[in-house]
Amino acid sequence: MEHYISLLVRSIFIENLALCFFIGMCTFIALSKNVKTAIGLGITVIAVQTLVVPVNNLIYTHVLKPNALIDGIDISFLGFITYIGVIAACVQILEMVLDRYFPVLYQALGIFLPLITVNCAIFAGVSFMVQREYDFTESIVYGIGSGSGWAIALILIAAVREKLKYSEVPAGLRGLGITFITAGLMAIAFMSFSGISL
Amino acid sequence: MAEEKINLKEVFQAPLMSLNPVILQVLGICSALAVTSNMKTAFVMSLAVTIVISCANLAVSSIRNIIPGSVRFIVELTVIASLVIVVDQFLKAFAYRLDKELSVYVGLIITNCIVMGRAEAFAMKYPPLPSLVDGLANGLGYSIILLTVGTVREIFGSGTWFGLTIFPLAKDGGWYVPNGLLVLPPSGFFLIGLFIWAVRSSKRYAKQVEPAQFEIVKE
Repeated sequence: MEHYISLLVRSIFIENLALCFFIGMCTFIALSKNVKTAIGLGITVIAVQTLVVPVNNLIYTHVLKPNALIDGIDISFLGFITYIGVIAACVQILEMVLDRYFPVLYQALGIFLPLITVNCAIFAGVSFMVQREYDFTESIVYGIGSGSGWAIALILIAAVREKLKYSEVPAGLRGLGITFITAGLMAIAFMSFSGISL
Repeated sequence: MAEEKINLKEVFQAPLMSLNPVILQVLGICSALAVTSNMKTAFVMSLAVTIVISCANLAVSSIRNIIPGSVRFIVELTVIASLVIVVDQFLKAFAYRLDKELSVYVGLIITNCIVMGRAEAFAMKYPPLPSLVDGLANGLGYSIILLTVGTVREIFGSGTWFGLTIFPLAKDGGWYVPNGLLVLPPSGFFLIGLFIWAVRSSKRYAKQVEPAQFEIVKE
């Protein structure tokens, strides 16, 4: 149990996808203008990440891994294309399930779902899981953790940007420029977590 | 679409500066920040991305007339993913240590918005040759930023450039005390932020400046 808790804390804070690995930056910068949108997107990422990382873990261990399917055959080079296909399929299925059973949630998250397929955060979560050879339970924990870490960072920067609107920023730095500087300062703040040893 | 004359020179020049994918359209930032702490990784990454964008644009554009509109995303993703697999296998075979250093970022070229964006916005509409040029130009535009940021970070962060000593470090008997911040990840954010500021402050790109959302009243 302790092992899983430490993995969770590590994936949320110490190895935060957005601020330590710069993953999902395009969406991170583009969709962090207000907190409400950020919360919607954040929840979607957590949900998709929690679903996709374990699914890809199963596919990796039972199909792609060397000697998994047929002895002596290594098809792990097909990794990337499989993961992206699985992600696209899972997002599609999630979209249909939400549409059918949770129409209210679908209304709120619907616009973000198609974007999620090409969000680096999801793909990176899967790649890290494969690279670090997590087992099935670990991959569930890692999915929840890395998704939450990304969502927290997104919501935090959105909150800062809402306040930034009222501040006097030099003309050339307005909007995009100051967002990068803010993200840099946040990344430094998050680096302090790296001192935690678990 | 193909009837209108496409000015190849313009297609090539625009993404290099005036429509630069990284600093003006804010695409493909992840890798621009993550692999630029030294020149070697930055160079390999920009080479990989340029090759992938050019080939992906060429391939998507050659089959653009037979892709049904509803599945075009999947087709584009498959084309891009296959190209990235080729690049990744190549790196694993010939530059294993670099591949390890780049870790997941090679795979992340698949979800790099520039590649997807160019396939969707340009290659789906224009014939193969202009698409190839467009891909190449966008790749180079991306490389310019990556290499500039990489140069600043490596020279001032560790006193070297491509591993060659530029500033002899104080700990090896030289005079330069490296700025540790530049080796750390957050400096990428600052450098790109300052880069954007510099570009937008120049007269040519003044129209890129975003309007203030609120008037600041001074007392």
